[in-house]
Amino acid sequence: MAAQQFDVIVVGTGPGGYVAAIRCAQLGLSVATVEDDRPGGVCLNWGCIPTKALLRNAEIVGLFNRAEEFGIKLKGFEADYAQAVQRSRRVADRMAKGVEFLFRKNKITLVPGTGSLKSRTTVEVTGKGGAQALEGKAIILATGSEPKSLPGVTIDEKTVISSNGAVRNESKPRSMIVIGAGAVGMEFADVYAAYGVQVTVLEALPRVLPIEDEEVSALVGRVFARRGMTVRAGVKVKSVAPGGGGVAVEVEAEGKTESLRADQVLMAVGRAARTTGLGLEALGVATERGFVTVSPAMETSVKGVYAVGDMAGRQMLAHKAMAEGVVAAEAIAGRAPRPVDYGNVPSCTYCRPQVASIGQTEVQARSIGREITVGRFPFTANGKAVALGETEGFLKVVADKSTGELLGVHIAGPEATELIHEFAVGRTLEATLEEIIHTIHAHPTLSEAALEATLAALGQAIHL
Amino acid sequence: MITKVLMPKLSEAMETGKVIKWLKKVGDPIKGGDVIAEVETDKANVEIEAFGSGVLRKIIVDEGGQVPVGQLIAVIAEPSDDIAGLSAAAPKPAAPAAPSSGTGGSPPAAPPKAAAAAPLPDMESYRSVPATTQVVPMTPTAAAPSAVAPGVPGGRVKASPLARKIAAQSGVDLRVLQGSGPGGRIIRRDVETAMAAPRPTATPAPPRPAAVPARPAFVIPPRAAAEFEDVPLSPMRAAIAKVMPLSKGPVPHFYVTSEVAMDRAGELRGELNALEGQPKISVNDLIIKACALSLRKNPGVNARLNGQAIRLHHRAHIGVAVSLDAGLITPVLRDCDIKPLSQIAVEARDLAERARAGKLRVQELTGATFSISNLGMFDVEEFSAIINPPEGAILAVGSVLEKPVVMDGAVAVGLRMKMTISCDHRVMDGAMGARFLQDVKRLLEEPLRLLV
Repeated sequence: MAAQQFDVIVVGTGPGGYVAAIRCAQLGLSVATVEDDRPGGVCLNWGCIPTKALLRNAEIVGLFNRAEEFGIKLKGFEADYAQAVQRSRRVADRMAKGVEFLFRKNKITLVPGTGSLKSRTTVEVTGKGGAQALEGKAIILATGSEPKSLPGVTIDEKTVISSNGAVRNESKPRSMIVIGAGAVGMEFADVYAAYGVQVTVLEALPRVLPIEDEEVSALVGRVFARRGMTVRAGVKVKSVAPGGGGVAVEVEAEGKTESLRADQVLMAVGRAARTTGLGLEALGVATERGFVTVSPAMETSVKGVYAVGDMAGRQMLAHKAMAEGVVAAEAIAGRAPRPVDYGNVPSCTYCRPQVASIGQTEVQARSIGREITVGRFPFTANGKAVALGETEGFLKVVADKSTGELLGVHIAGPEATELIHEFAVGRTLEATLEEIIHTIHAHPTLSEAALEATLAALGQAIHL
Repeated sequence: MITKVLMPKLSEAMETGKVIKWLKKVGDPIKGGDVIAEVETDKANVEIEAFGSGVLRKIIVDEGGQVPVGQLIAVIAEPSDDIAGLSAAAPKPAAPAAPSSGTGGSPPAAPPKAAAAAPLPDMESYRSVPATTQVVPMTPTAAAPSAVAPGVPGGRVKASPLARKIAAQSGVDLRVLQGSGPGGRIIRRDVETAMAAPRPTATPAPPRPAAVPARPAFVIPPRAAAEFEDVPLSPMRAAIAKVMPLSKGPVPHFYVTSEVAMDRAGELRGELNALEGQPKISVNDLIIKACALSLRKNPGVNARLNGQAIRLHHRAHIGVAVSLDAGLITPVLRDCDIKPLSQIAVEARDLAERARAGKLRVQELTGATFSISNLGMFDVEEFSAIINPPEGAILAVGSVLEKPVVMDGAVAVGLRMKMTISCDHRVMDGAMGARFLQDVKRLLEEPLRLLV
């Protein structure tokens, strides 16, 4: 059977793959994509999108619980977790269909099945109807990642579940231990706690959201504890043993060992690149610590073979994958793409309060010897936040003292994940504190916190 | 499209400008970038480039007319464009804005400010470049442009705010950089590269073999280095390279050399430096003072060409050339004619030290009326210097050397120093330069005059 010919074969249709495919098509290349699940990858189907739907439910439950604050009397209410999950599935289905529509619109061929590299120009796709070969002048690998576990702990998706299970399970446990207080762990902890699950969050590093600024971690840890969750940082998990209708977790903290029990454990200790069975070794595609090594143009060590997204390392974030997909597509089309600026990728966590950041934390900026100035503004002093009844959190700007360079911005609070982009644009344009303060911010908006924190960094905050 | 041509603002201090010449006539087709007029400012004559294309529809300020910065001086538009409202704009308090339709008999609703807003400089409407045949409007130092780079139309530098700040702090001239950002925008990386470039880290000399006894044949040791290397111009060197030809080219230099007996100056210096609690006086400090006093006596030398006039300075601000690794810089010692020697000594040392540390302020780099370049420390007998525009003259000073001199009919050992003045012949003549030198020589040979 003769192989089908394309300009580009994209293996995987998550955010990295589908964006790369569409950009290739825009640039006039013929494109085939290979997908062993549904188009859209983990992000649209099992990750970012359905969890945002669940978190919206959690937020609404939270508002119902606070109804009296707003003078609304409820005679009880019922929050059905199964329906929350069903809603999130509908949201995910709709977004996945959107990807299929975009493929049709851009005349991209979708080949269902599992792809593996046979040569630098051939991908063999094994699907229900057998195997077929696709020939491409270039290949983009975008197979993503999957949840990791701790050594010796098996994820059975029953008592020890990963985000894959959590996002599908329509039943909720009575109690849950979340291992890992990164974005995934904190978001699910928030959802489950809102639906009345007794949640314990364990983190091996000294604070929750360990990649975020220390002040942000401290605030979010406090808020979670106040909402009734048990938050324990600096705790080492020794063993996870399912049995007796639940699971026992042995932990070591400050030299003492103790045993915790819950109905379920959510393993949220990170994700590993999905590269097995892709045929990387046979082709000699270089990897480093499990991730595919790539050039700034996203090309692997094998000419004509590109890799984007989680499998290519660095931040495992959908928006980073999309940016890389565009770079790979443009490089293949012979453009000279601007490489991804990995120092300027926003990081967002959608728990309540939301957390968003870009650039360096205060500690990082100091540790590299920068003389810095820091401005903070609490949402308690922001009129819009007070009106919304969402005053928890703050916006913090870390800048270089002499030039006003925006070194890092850290937000915990309402719509933090939207507010961060003012600074993302600012950093891309190499704006300094002065450009932010000379930008008129509408009143009343949450964005005024950005202005005020920037003013505070210059010692000029008006509303503090 | 209608393009308003406005009187450009070429420096912070500039308030008015004079149209010297229109290079295009009304009705001439104009392409963006065409030079359409010459304009005179207090500092320089510049050419104005058209920013927009079309036809020169209207000249509002005629040749010889002087108008405030930002004032409309001409209109470029397509023949079909209606420019009636624009051409009405008169100098100074511009014509009242046309009342909006429907106001009937009521007074115009436009606030008085609306009219006043018209003369505001519209940065997009003109581009100006130094007229190379005229006096050069810039200082030859790299640090000074930091004040003018952002926002000045003459610069028209596309740079990020952060790049501008780093450049201002480090003395990098944005105008000589190539931007690597989108559309050639200068970004932080470009400035940092330029900062790193001028001082290629001095590679430590390879360890030489210990003293080798004389060999019968000379063997060329293996040489790893290439035959040559291209070291990128430091921003300062680039600025010097840009400005000096604008001096040596258009400015007709002449040179006058004189030899000074420095014996008594040396003795005086010895005595002054023996005084407790007094700053140490250098030979150059004595020369600065001598020049400043002579400039007051010879105002024709303390002068520069200014458009169609000669500007005579009433104060003696002396630029003192300081050699740096990356080039040279000329900080300015102000009012040397009235400052005592001790003050000059303290300030000169401070300026030189801060020049080497890159800590000079912009105002310390501008405003010299005369400059001194002293290469005495390099055992230079004599040399001649290039005038630092827009100044009118510069004095080049050699070493104080022991020489056989004839005194009272016998040969004796004397201290002698040669100095050469370079003068702008457009401003002064040989005799004026010679008289000035004579005065300097007399002051140095009778140095007590420097103290009284």
